[in-house]
Amino acid sequence: MAIDRREFLKIAGASAVLALGGKEVVDILVPGEVEASMKDLPIGQGKRWAMVVDTTKMDDNLIKKCQEVCHHIHNVPDLDSPKEEIKWIWEDDYEHTFPEQENEYVAEKIEKRVFPLLCNQCTNPPCCRVCPTQATWQREDGIVLIDEHRCIGCRFCMAACPYGSRSFNWGDPRRVMEDDRLKELNPDFPANPDYPTRTKGVVEKCTFCEERLAEGKLPACVETADKIRKGALIFGDLADPQSEVRKVLRERYSIRRKPELGTGPNVFYII
Amino acid sequence: MYDGGKIITGLIIGLGLLFSPFIYNAGKAAKTPEPVLTKKAKQAKECVAPKAFMKEWHMQLLDKWRHEVVRENKRYYRPRELASKMTLDHDLMDQWRYLVSIGKRHYIPSDDKVYKKSVEETCFDCHSNKSQFCDECHNYMGVKPYCWDCHIVPKESKEKE
Amino acid sequence: MLEAAFKGSKKYWSWLIFLLAIIGVAFACYLYQFQEGLRITGMSRDVSWGFYIAQFTYLVGVAASGVMVALPYYIHDYKAFGRITVLGEFLAIAAVVMCLLFIFVDLGNPVRIMNVIMYPTPHSILFWDMIVLNGYLILNVLVGWNVLSAESKGIHYAKWVKVLAYVSIPWAFSIHTVTAFLYAGLPGRHFWLSAIMAARFLSSAFCSGPALLILICLVVRKVSKFDPGKEQIRTLAGIVAYAMLINVFFYLLEVFTVFYSQIPEGMHPYIFLFKGLEGHGRMVPWMWIATFFAALSLILLVVPATRRNEETLVVACVSVIIATWIDKGLSLLIGGFTPNPFNRITDYWPTKPEFMIALGVYAVGALVLTVLFKIAIAVKEEVRA
Repeated sequence: MAIDRREFLKIAGASAVLALGGKEVVDILVPGEVEASMKDLPIGQGKRWAMVVDTTKMDDNLIKKCQEVCHHIHNVPDLDSPKEEIKWIWEDDYEHTFPEQENEYVAEKIEKRVFPLLCNQCTNPPCCRVCPTQATWQREDGIVLIDEHRCIGCRFCMAACPYGSRSFNWGDPRRVMEDDRLKELNPDFPANPDYPTRTKGVVEKCTFCEERLAEGKLPACVETADKIRKGALIFGDLADPQSEVRKVLRERYSIRRKPELGTGPNVFYII
Repeated sequence: MYDGGKIITGLIIGLGLLFSPFIYNAGKAAKTPEPVLTKKAKQAKECVAPKAFMKEWHMQLLDKWRHEVVRENKRYYRPRELASKMTLDHDLMDQWRYLVSIGKRHYIPSDDKVYKKSVEETCFDCHSNKSQFCDECHNYMGVKPYCWDCHIVPKESKEKE
Repeated sequence: MLEAAFKGSKKYWSWLIFLLAIIGVAFACYLYQFQEGLRITGMSRDVSWGFYIAQFTYLVGVAASGVMVALPYYIHDYKAFGRITVLGEFLAIAAVVMCLLFIFVDLGNPVRIMNVIMYPTPHSILFWDMIVLNGYLILNVLVGWNVLSAESKGIHYAKWVKVLAYVSIPWAFSIHTVTAFLYAGLPGRHFWLSAIMAARFLSSAFCSGPALLILICLVVRKVSKFDPGKEQIRTLAGIVAYAMLINVFFYLLEVFTVFYSQIPEGMHPYIFLFKGLEGHGRMVPWMWIATFFAALSLILLVVPATRRNEETLVVACVSVIIATWIDKGLSLLIGGFTPNPFNRITDYWPTKPEFMIALGVYAVGALVLTVLFKIAIAVKEEVRA
């Protein structure tokens, strides 16, 4: 293939420029159109996402189903090990959900109640403050995300989180496909081929189903809870005074986990 | 030569180690890669970008998509808008034009497609035969992207499409 | 000067080979960890930092302690320390190398370590830790090497070396303050959420580091013709005494605040450590051993006769190291994560591979220290010959 000097310089220039930047190859947004088509969907654009848990409607079965759906669509493995477990949403009792609410004589029905725990998607998240690579950061709509491509696995965020919301991949999550015992617990891992697994050495947690929110769908746990008992989990935009979450918070008393720490948790529990 | 014996021995060992990959592979020529398109890919006729472009720069495209989806929540891509934007962005225009010219294909997206920026849902939708498509060139080049540690590769059936 | 590292007695070489053997085994363990992930350690979802980070914390203290030799010499013109500033700086180098290695082996994704530099994050204390630690390493290498080099040539070191030496003094304080800030700013960890953390870290550093330096100097005196000096060791002993007094005092201040206020979140970690909580009591004997050695060291250091007597001084220094190591290198991390945010207790203890990797990092530090000290001693022996 004969090539003259001009062509050669063109190629060299092109390669150099593109090599130097991973350049603005496709500087494309699709504003307006896609978003406009989301008008009639359950959820649109939000400014501060929040979840309200009506604990009077909670029971073991509901929380279990929520966890199943969440872990299913996000390929969270069941490692059957309290040491290495990964959990995005799980259940606990009053004493351990609100340990700072020291109360020897708490009402019996509250003592026996079960609570779903998940990342509180704080307004002032200490985890984002400490991350040395901004692998975990807070998005404009309030959701605290983890960029699994950037996380170096230092686990500073896990030390900073006052709520124990974050899990670390101590080993390769895909080992459940190789181990006989774990294969039984995770028969169709990875259950959702449209969502990546994680790799060993990174931190993960609940993301308020941000990939579903982008398509106008409610978080999976909320959708599941709605089918079992309407109003058990309410999701919406705190910045919108007419949203369902704002309405229910206006009418009913709610508490949050460790609010005195100033993290501004956005998961409210109606007692 | 002072210490000649040691030097020559050292040279032989050193050069031997240095050239060992070539010595090992002497006489064997690697087969040129022939990526196979699936039926769906052939039916689609065009990729998200021109073939010549994708061949060289699909990793930069994926990098950009990754940044835009993960960190900016900009999840959709529209090739036709890019083609029109070309006239404004001279950097890209020259590159794109040149590549399109050597690909000898005049690229205008045939209808106003919108793609979701997702390896699993877009790229693998058409190119679901990783072992016959992606791996062909990757193995030839000795490239081992670790994307597959996390991103799920579609299961391939044994029969060729 | 480097050639001095390659000329040594049989003892020197057997010591190096012994260290290299440990490093070899530890490296194999690390490859295993790299392959399997950090699940081979004892760390868990609840106790997500463990032995590695604890050793890093302890060694930053030892590194910072180099300033306890440099400060009197450069700022207060205490000429006697001129003999051993290089030794203090070389100990700091070995310690910082170990710190960086401990961080590296603790990472879940060490191949991405450059992300800390590619995506600088000023609001993250880890970012600043990376900067101050590496800066301190460079400072000590430049100053230590140049001062020693000048000494070997019998000339005075260049002016810029003195400037860097002056910079290294507040810098030493900063490295341990920044490390303390890693812990002291986390809202959910009440064992660490205390303003006095940085002060405690510094006081603990300034007794453990010089104590280690004293022991090393006594070894130097035994194995070589260079004598660091009786006066120097005495002064260092005095520094260890004051620093240990302040260290124990600060610890007791913490204990007072926690137990007089009677706030459960504050008390639980201390009760867990010193008495045991809900049946978990593995740390208890360690804490009381530490207390015993702390008390013993204070007695031996405060009483002038035992501080001046080099044999009892050795016992005192070893006691200081045991007590401060159990405090910082074991209880600090475990106590911080126990109980967990749900008021439950998850036990933690390093596994055998984890311990072996840590031992390997210590061996690397010992190797660096041995080689650097060999060079320093060779120069000093020659100059005084």
